[in-house]
Amino acid sequence: MFLSEAVAAGIATAMREDGTVFLFGEDVDRSVLGPTKGLVEEFGQERVRNTPISEQAVVGAMIGAAATGLRPVLDLMFGGFLYVAMDQVVNQLAHIGYMSGGRVRLPVVLMAGIGPSGQAGAQHSESPHAALMQAAGVKVVVPSTPADAKGLMIAAIRDPDPVAYLMDVSLAGSRGPVDLADAAVPLGRAAVRREGVHVTVAAMASAVPASLMAAEGLSASGIEVEVIDLRSLVPLDLDTVCNSIRKTRHLVIAETGRRTCGLGAEVAARVLECAWETLEAPPVRVAWPDVPVPFSPSLEFACIVTEGDVAEAVTRALGGRKPSAA
Amino acid sequence: MLELYRLMARIREFEEACRRIQRTRTGPGPDGSVSSAGHMPGFVHLYLGEEAIAVGVCAVLRPDDLVASTHRGHGHLIAKGGDVEPMMAELYGRAAGYSKGKGGSMHIFVPEIGMLGTNGIVAAGIPHAVGAALSCKLLGLGRVAVAFFGDGACNQGVFFESMNLAALWALPVIFVLENNLYSEWTESQRLTAGNSLAGRALPFGIPAVVVDGNDVLAVRDAAWEAVARARCGQGPTLIEARTYYYGGHFEGEEFFAGHYRSEADVASWRVRDPIVRFGRTLVDTGETSDSGLELIRREEAERVARAVDSAVAADPPAISELTTDVFADTEPGTHPTVTPVTATS
Repeated sequence: MFLSEAVAAGIATAMREDGTVFLFGEDVDRSVLGPTKGLVEEFGQERVRNTPISEQAVVGAMIGAAATGLRPVLDLMFGGFLYVAMDQVVNQLAHIGYMSGGRVRLPVVLMAGIGPSGQAGAQHSESPHAALMQAAGVKVVVPSTPADAKGLMIAAIRDPDPVAYLMDVSLAGSRGPVDLADAAVPLGRAAVRREGVHVTVAAMASAVPASLMAAEGLSASGIEVEVIDLRSLVPLDLDTVCNSIRKTRHLVIAETGRRTCGLGAEVAARVLECAWETLEAPPVRVAWPDVPVPFSPSLEFACIVTEGDVAEAVTRALGGRKPSAA
Repeated sequence: MLELYRLMARIREFEEACRRIQRTRTGPGPDGSVSSAGHMPGFVHLYLGEEAIAVGVCAVLRPDDLVASTHRGHGHLIAKGGDVEPMMAELYGRAAGYSKGKGGSMHIFVPEIGMLGTNGIVAAGIPHAVGAALSCKLLGLGRVAVAFFGDGACNQGVFFESMNLAALWALPVIFVLENNLYSEWTESQRLTAGNSLAGRALPFGIPAVVVDGNDVLAVRDAAWEAVARARCGQGPTLIEARTYYYGGHFEGEEFFAGHYRSEADVASWRVRDPIVRFGRTLVDTGETSDSGLELIRREEAERVARAVDSAVAADPPAISELTTDVFADTEPGTHPTVTPVTATS
């Protein structure tokens, strides 16, 4: 199954089991990126509703709906569009649970496609995961396999709190096995995708397959890389990362987003806080430079996280030299 | 009828108490301690002078109908059935407050009375009411939702987006525009193009009506029609209620904003005071007497005074509450906190 189809399969599972689950969003019937394709045929236009291009009002409406008995799933299409609704996402959706002293819980799933997908330009290539991790009140999941795409979606919809479900657009057409049964993947647990003893690579989204390819290549030269798919950024499964570095003593974080204050910065800081003594060398971050994603194919390729970037970072981590700034 | 007067009086007494306290307040003591009435923390936006709108609208709502409020939300809370004790406790940052002291005046949510929240961001509650109306419609509950907002909110894009959505889907929502003539400290007419705020509903096919916001019965009658339309599936209505805020944008603002309103303006609205006017109507029609009104005012003043006393005496939230309630299923630490390990070399 394609990853984007697995997303839809997860939504369908949740919609079949719970009549209060409704799907909203821009063009969710046609779903040009694929993750909601086919759902309108099964559930009809009452439960699968195209919304106007009004991100603020629509995210706000999801809040009101969730506070009064619905479990809405909203597809914002592209991660960059989420910024249009930033007041509703952060000041409202994320914070109401806390500001209400726990009186209100908002089971809203915000879906967005993230990352460069082939010369879409900066505004259609954003990955707002780090901003959401900082928001205090939104869980964040980023599947990298079709099985997780389905399982994390089921768990996200069942969750009592807001969940940002970010689909790496460059993975939408990737294939993999998917459990046909209800196979929820609990939020907050990372997955070890490949075992290794020399370096731990903690990765997200399309940086996971890039890291797996890099690991294959490095294996030929005797370097065994352990690849962890973080997949849930909030809550973040630090235990799995720390357990891994107790074995490998080296850490690389590979992120499909900008370097500053990103996932890599956070994981590195937390690991240093809790397991500083287990590392033999400083952690190394692989991330986009601090630029808007450029348009020109050569520049875009230079920006994104590739197999080569991860391999180089692993080599650098093992060299034990202080990583350079870029 | 006397209940409308009582609710308006309760709001007035609550707000006057906040005003008195704010004017003599010293702010929290050292370490954030709140041990006297003068220690009310933060700042408050008072509903003084606007009481007829919340009370008139909520008079025609059912307990399970929904209301999205604003930064100036104490009146909406009380009119919808909120209890002044946990309200005042919240204003004092107490564990017994509606939000356990985590919200404050602008972040009070009371699901059991249909209060979707006061809100510190201008216009942000409008789509929440629209979404609640969407629930009401999709779940077939026969309920309606009300969005209260001010004239300042009419220049926010989300106001227009929300009207579009509500009209498009014929949602059971009532937009109640409380036009108190000012956007923070600037006359709204200096900031707003066109000559009619109510008229902004018309291009969406939303019927709009302008009422005297200082006349509780006029507001109630307009709301009754709008709610009836909403309940029978005829979609949204906008009510523009013209009014004035005696207290300005927030209490204690003179220090920051100076004087920006003429005494004559304030005085001209004082003679149209909604509570005095409605009281006169009640006496003229024989519903009650002057002493009957006085008794209600006194009872409500005492109710508020008790709320202040109990808020001052109440406990602050435990510091362990700092990190709870971010998520439903998390105790402090699930959003993983980490025990730092002391470096040994």
